[in-house]
This record gives sequence, C-alpha cells and structure tokens, in this order.
Amino acid sequence: MFAGFDFDVIQRSVLYLFREGMTFTLTLTAMAMTGGIVFGTLLAMMRLSSYAILNVPAGAYVNLMRSLPLVLVIFWFYFLVPWIGGWIVGAGQPIQVGAFWSAVITFTMFEAAYYCEIMRAGIQSIARGQVWAGYALGLTYWQTMGKIVLPQAFRNMLPVLLTQTIILFQDTSLVYVISATDFLGAAVKVANRDYRLVEMYTFVAVVYFILSFTASYFVRWLQARFAVIR
Amino acid sequence: MIEFKNVSKWYDTFQVLKNCNTKVDKGEVVVVCGPSGSGKSTLIKCVNGLEPFQQGEIIVNGESVSANATNLNRLRSKIGMVFQSFELFPHMKVTDNINLAQIKVLGRSVEEATTKSMTLLKRVGLEEHAHKFPGQLSGGQQQRVAIARGLAMDPIAMLFDEPTSALDPEMINEVLDVMTGLAKEGMTMMVVTHEMGFAKRVAHRVIFMDYGEIVEDATTEDFFGKPRSERAVQFLSKILHH
Repeated sequence: MFAGFDFDVIQRSVLYLFREGMTFTLTLTAMAMTGGIVFGTLLAMMRLSSYAILNVPAGAYVNLMRSLPLVLVIFWFYFLVPWIGGWIVGAGQPIQVGAFWSAVITFTMFEAAYYCEIMRAGIQSIARGQVWAGYALGLTYWQTMGKIVLPQAFRNMLPVLLTQTIILFQDTSLVYVISATDFLGAAVKVANRDYRLVEMYTFVAVVYFILSFTASYFVRWLQARFAVIR
Repeated sequence: MIEFKNVSKWYDTFQVLKNCNTKVDKGEVVVVCGPSGSGKSTLIKCVNGLEPFQQGEIIVNGESVSANATNLNRLRSKIGMVFQSFELFPHMKVTDNINLAQIKVLGRSVEEATTKSMTLLKRVGLEEHAHKFPGQLSGGQQQRVAIARGLAMDPIAMLFDEPTSALDPEMINEVLDVMTGLAKEGMTMMVVTHEMGFAKRVAHRVIFMDYGEIVEDATTEDFFGKPRSERAVQFLSKILHH
C-alpha cells in the first residue's frame, strides 16, 4: 500500500524540520503565551474594574479581537506594526520588523483577548470575601490581587489556560501567510522540493498530535498537583 | 474609639442603613443583633470601609473612614476583622496566612512575623497546625486562625461579622471562648452575632437593628431585662425560646 511512498524523506529532513521549524513554533508559542497571559490578566483586571475609563476600552479591545479571524489579524499586523513602531520611535516612516517579531506581537495581542476572558472568569470565581479579607488586613489593591486573588484564579484556571495554549500552539502554523517558517512551513518547503507531500503532511500531523496529546495529558497531571485544597 | 454619626447607606434606591448613630468606647464589647437583612453586617463593614456609605460619618480612632485624606489601608490594618466564612487564604499555609499582612503592611521581617504568628497560634490552641493548609482544618479551627490573623496586626479594635454562624454547633464554643478571652483582656470589640448567651455573658452593650435602623442601643442588662421596643421584645422571644 505504501509502495509509492518514500518515507526516507522524513529521515533526511528531520533535523532541519526540528531545528528550524519546531524551534520557531515553540519559541513563538512560549513568548505569545507568556505575553498573552500577562496582557490578558491586565485586560481582565481592567474589564472587572468599576471605572468606565478602564473597563470600556478593555471590553472593546477584547470583543474586537475575538470577532476577527486570526489570519486577518496576522496579515493586518504584519503591515501595521512597522508603521506603529515608526510612530512610537518617532521615525515618521515604517521601521523594519521581521516576520518573527511581527508574529510574536500579533499572537500576544490576539491571544491576550482569549486569555483575558479565561482570567476574568478565574478572578470572578474567587469569593468576594477573599478580597474583603485582604483589604481588611490593610493590603492594597495590587497586593490583594497579586497575593490572594490571582494566585487562586490562576490555579483554578490552569487547565483552561493550558488548553488555550495548546490551541495557540496549533494556530502558530498560520504564520505561513507572512512567509515565516514554522514547523509546518518547513515541512511544506521540503515536501514541495522533494515532491513528497503525503509523507510530509502525515509526519507533521503525527508530530502535532503527539505533542498536543502529551500536553493535554500533562495538563491533567498539573491540575491534580496544583489544585487548591478545600 | 468608633463613632457612627447619622450613617445612611443605599443600594440604588433601597436604603439599607437609616441614620445610624452609636459609638463603641475603648475596651468596650458591643454586640449587634437583629433579624437577617436588618443591616447589621453592612453596618460593621462600614467601619473599615469595606462597604461605602453615602451619608454621615464614621470616626475610628479620630479619623473619618470616608474622608479622602484618610489612609484607608493604614486604618484598616489597625482594625481586625473576622468573617462568617473565615476567608482564610486557601492557597497559603496557616502561618503564611497570618504572616502575609504583617510582612506586606507592617513591614515585619519573616522571622518577626513567624514568631508573632506562632505565639498567637499557641494562644488559640493551634500551634501544631501551623504548617497545614486551611482546607485541612475544621471550621472552628479555621475561624480561630482567622482571629489570630487579625490579632497579628496588633489591632486597636476587632470586628466580628457573625463569626459562629457557619460553624457546626460543637465548634461554636471553641471560637466563643477565644473571643471571651479577648474581651476579658480589654480588647475593643464589635460583634455581629445571634449568640445571645455570649452577648449576656460578655457584652457591655447590645445594639438591636431592624430594617436598617438602630432600634435599641442599651446596656446588656437593660436590653435583656427590659427591652423598650416591641420589635426587640419579639426578636428576643423568638431567639431565646426556640
């Protein structure tokens, strides 16, 4: 059945695929996750604020991002970010931003909207009395958030946050639209060069499956390990 | 020590506190009672600004709680508060629960804070539970830790918001005993509770609230011996003969 296939192409290209492609994919995933969770948490705190000046813009931002297709945002930011960068540094013209950094910024901004909604639910899951207890002891808003509310919210939401990260990991393959070479992109290059499309796509699918499946197993383990004792 | 002057509070159009006037002197133990929904928990939460109020003034130790010039965090750190549902921080060990504000708010070193926490845990009879998480303790034990957490800040007064209402009956006394001990030492206390036995034994004064109003504000003897209002008489007959 596999007579017409040449799976040797995998062996020949595997080093390149992981060294170039997977490194890009994992670096992008890790950076977008970190940035997205930090920015998303801040957005969540803003959305839950009683001040309209904070909750209105945060709400608008999250709703905008969640209403747009990711591919569109990747493209849009790829062309927009150099202009914004130029405006920030006051250059008056677009600055050079590589595909990698453009992707990091895009994914951070985009995923932050989703992480925000997760963290918002997490913060809301913490009883009001916990905040009261913090305030009653004389702790400030930031101390109460940082020491009492967020650590618990984070733990409660850990499985959902990591599930979202697994989705992010898969979504990073969309960077092909700005000609960045991630794991899938590297495989596609090899596939086209050697005309081994089925073999390469199958291999890529297996790798994505193994990594995502292992990660979701890890999530379950973490959940048991870090659950708050009640 | 704590003085309420014409305090009124609304939730939208619904008035939860109506012109409340009273005061708690230094070293005094005042029990606040009344039917549920009468505003007693709200009243006590106004003392440290957990609940804002729209009219009137509360003066704590010479400072107005609602004034812009008041450093609310500093004022709160001087008033201990114990909640109905304990509100220990479940992700921290017992000692860390008591240490946290000592370190963050009072600027004590970890060693100083831990020494203080252990002394207080010993006092509430829980030193062997220092390294457990709140979830591993019974309700009564958790509430005693919560009292220790409040005391660790060397407060000038303690507020208790129905401290025994969430407890199983057999655990109520261990908490009330700690509170009685505190009262005997001269701690200024404001206690929202339905424990009329505790009120009779420990309180100097009783405030009775109904529909957001302070209906009676009398010495403990007078309140239980000759309540003046019909509402207080009714409340007492319900709560004492059930």
